[in-house]
Amino acid sequence: MAGRFDLPEPDAFTRTYWDAAAEGRLLIRRCRACGRAHHYPREFCPHCWSEDVAWEPASGRATLYTWSVVHRNDLPPFAERTPYVAAVVDLAEGPRMMTEVVGAAESPAGEPPAGELSAGAELEVAFREGIPVFRIVRSAIGG
Amino acid sequence: MVARRKVAVVGVALSDCGRVDDATPYALHAQAARRALADAGLDRSLVDGFASAGLGTLAPVEVAEYLGLRPTWVDSTSVGGSTWEVMAAHAADAITAGHARVVLLAYGSTARADVRAGRRTGTLSFGTRGPLQFEVPYGHTLIAKYAMAARRHMIEYGTTIEQLAEVAVQARANAALNPEAMFRTPVTVDEVLAGPMIADPFTKLHCCVRSDGGAAVLLAAEEYVRDCRTSPVWVLGSGEHVSHAAMSEWADFTVSPAAVSGRLAFERAGVRPDEMDFAEIYDAFTYMTLVTLEDLGFCGKGEGGAFVEKGRLRVGGGGLPVNTDGGGLSAQHPGMRGLFLLVEAVRQLRGEGGERQVRRGADGALPRLGVASGTGGWFCSSGTVVLGV
Ligand SMILES: [Zn+2]
Repeated sequence: MAGRFDLPEPDAFTRTYWDAAAEGRLLIRRCRACGRAHHYPREFCPHCWSEDVAWEPASGRATLYTWSVVHRNDLPPFAERTPYVAAVVDLAEGPRMMTEVVGAAESPAGEPPAGELSAGAELEVAFREGIPVFRIVRSAIGG
Repeated sequence: MVARRKVAVVGVALSDCGRVDDATPYALHAQAARRALADAGLDRSLVDGFASAGLGTLAPVEVAEYLGLRPTWVDSTSVGGSTWEVMAAHAADAITAGHARVVLLAYGSTARADVRAGRRTGTLSFGTRGPLQFEVPYGHTLIAKYAMAARRHMIEYGTTIEQLAEVAVQARANAALNPEAMFRTPVTVDEVLAGPMIADPFTKLHCCVRSDGGAAVLLAAEEYVRDCRTSPVWVLGSGEHVSHAAMSEWADFTVSPAAVSGRLAFERAGVRPDEMDFAEIYDAFTYMTLVTLEDLGFCGKGEGGAFVEKGRLRVGGGGLPVNTDGGGLSAQHPGMRGLFLLVEAVRQLRGEGGERQVRRGADGALPRLGVASGTGGWFCSSGTVVLGV
């Protein structure tokens, strides 16, 4: 673990989430008492404090709320990854999620892949080494 | 109705600031504390309360001991850069309640020297466990978080990068009048935009300086004011609010927690934002100044971009002087800047601003009311204090 700052440290409860992600599935938590979904996952419902909460596969669809193309991060291994697109997205099920948008565009070094990034852009989940990230859904209208 | 025991700021000071390579954070706490006591002219034996984000594992015990204090009231609230506005509020409440008579707030940091000496990285790691495990894979740096918030404001309200740059330009203009500021050479909007990109849309000058430095503030019950060599600056009202820790838990990136702390502070002080003669606003990034001005009620939501244009934030700029010392963008930012806001607000209200002194109207009268609003983390927390003479 030493020397890398991008590795999540799962615990007994979140192991389910990361195991699913390793298999290419994004999970959220949904409360049976109030019906609301949440992310990041908690043992109980942060909205109503019910403990009647279960894992649920997310659709993997999301829209882009905001983003920043990061050019400086001296924590390994991010320095090798810059520029990358830090993003916050709204999952179709409601919860908001911190993530990265990958493959936004082929971009020359140092240039933000700005063209396709816009508020509300439709995204779909992808997985990079067991980590859920998002990519832009290229318009399928008429195709 | 029984009158509430009033509370005044009676002593303020900065330690050596800017580039301080040969002092420990303890020494900077102590230097600022000694200077604040000397400023007030109060005997140290009167200090029975101590508040600090502190150092070590028993904050604030280590710093209290270093200072030779054995307080009967302590606070180590740690909510980021806004800690000091929240602590000042707690201290004022303790004094009002009769649980303390004189409270010292002290801070010191060698953030700049630590990075230079390799004692820490420039980008901070906050860990990988608990909720952070859902954030660390994505490289959301502190600057990126603020950049994402700024972008959302630009999307929703059409705020421009030039308007955000105006905030940096005016902070530097005020810093040019402050001999204690770290960077004093004026900059232009074009120079801000042309700087190296850190996390878009923020180039380097949208981000605060990284300095060393400390500060101290001394609050006292009204019956001790007459023993001080300084004229009192009264704590009129305060408010605090905690929002989120994970960015995904923040409902609206265009509204800072100052919207709540500011409303509470103004309500409790019984004054309106438009009565303020100046504002000291936590500005680790240009967007913080702009959105906090909106959220404190100096302009409407979404109007911050227009509000900061035309030099209105400059001392003598004809608008609302903001960050009269040059702010975190140009003067000092050792990591938890909130205490510097209180120091500068008190100096302005005492008329000790020198070249950067705020004046009311054409007759050159000194300011009577000011507000200090601290923001902590990444819009995680806010503390607002209204001060007056
Ligand atoms: Zn629920």
